[in-house]
Amino acid sequence: MAEKVEVDIIIPNQTRYLGLIGRIGEDLVHSLGRYSGDREVLAYHLNLVLTEAITNAICHANENDPNKQIRIQISATDETLNVKVFDEGDGFDLAELMTTDMHDTDECGRGIHIIRRLMDQVNYRRSDKHNVLEMVKKLH
Amino acid sequence: MQLKTEEIDDIVLIEIEEERMDAHNSGTFKEQMLALFDEGKCKLIIDLSAVRFVDSSGLGALVSGFKNASAREGSLKLCGLQPQVRSMFELTRLHRVFEIFASVDEAQESF
Repeated sequence: MAEKVEVDIIIPNQTRYLGLIGRIGEDLVHSLGRYSGDREVLAYHLNLVLTEAITNAICHANENDPNKQIRIQISATDETLNVKVFDEGDGFDLAELMTTDMHDTDECGRGIHIIRRLMDQVNYRRSDKHNVLEMVKKLH
Repeated sequence: MQLKTEEIDDIVLIEIEEERMDAHNSGTFKEQMLALFDEGKCKLIIDLSAVRFVDSSGLGALVSGFKNASAREGSLKLCGLQPQVRSMFELTRLHRVFEIFASVDEAQESF
């Protein structure tokens, strides 16, 4: 039977939780039963993708509002790693962010480009109550 | 951000004493560098050997310091990058922007 590991976490809208969630992501990768690639690299990349996506949700989507929350769902099977980050803000235009040209000395805007480089699929769905950034990586 | 600074002639060596550079601490780091620039110190070496993880906010803070140092005819140089941190500079192509050295001594000699 295919192994599946899942976590579902809600955090306050604060950057102090970034390190904690990043560590949970790394631990999750190390707990995967089967993975033939470089586990250290995958763990680092999941830490990074979580950090970038949650920072974006806290600072941009939720606009640093302390009364809002972020929900994070991570699900891993032998085949795929699926990460969802929910925000409670007005949403943003992912396509526009992804097509914005980065210049070498820009200070902001690298986060979404990093996510796009490391994950195979990236989607952002907007709805009335929650928006969700969904990122999928194939593990084989 | 937890830093240790040491002045070697007109160069300021900044050791980052954090395992992570992310959106939680990089804003403070930018301010700490701005305080040095305000004092007229614009030759900086940032020793990243204790840093295991850096995200786009941490890289953005370093870019901010780089631009501020360059605007004052100084420079900001990096050293001691762990392999995963180095890979972040390559992923974002920032290794083409910064001068990166293996050690503090090498960075210091390059001034």
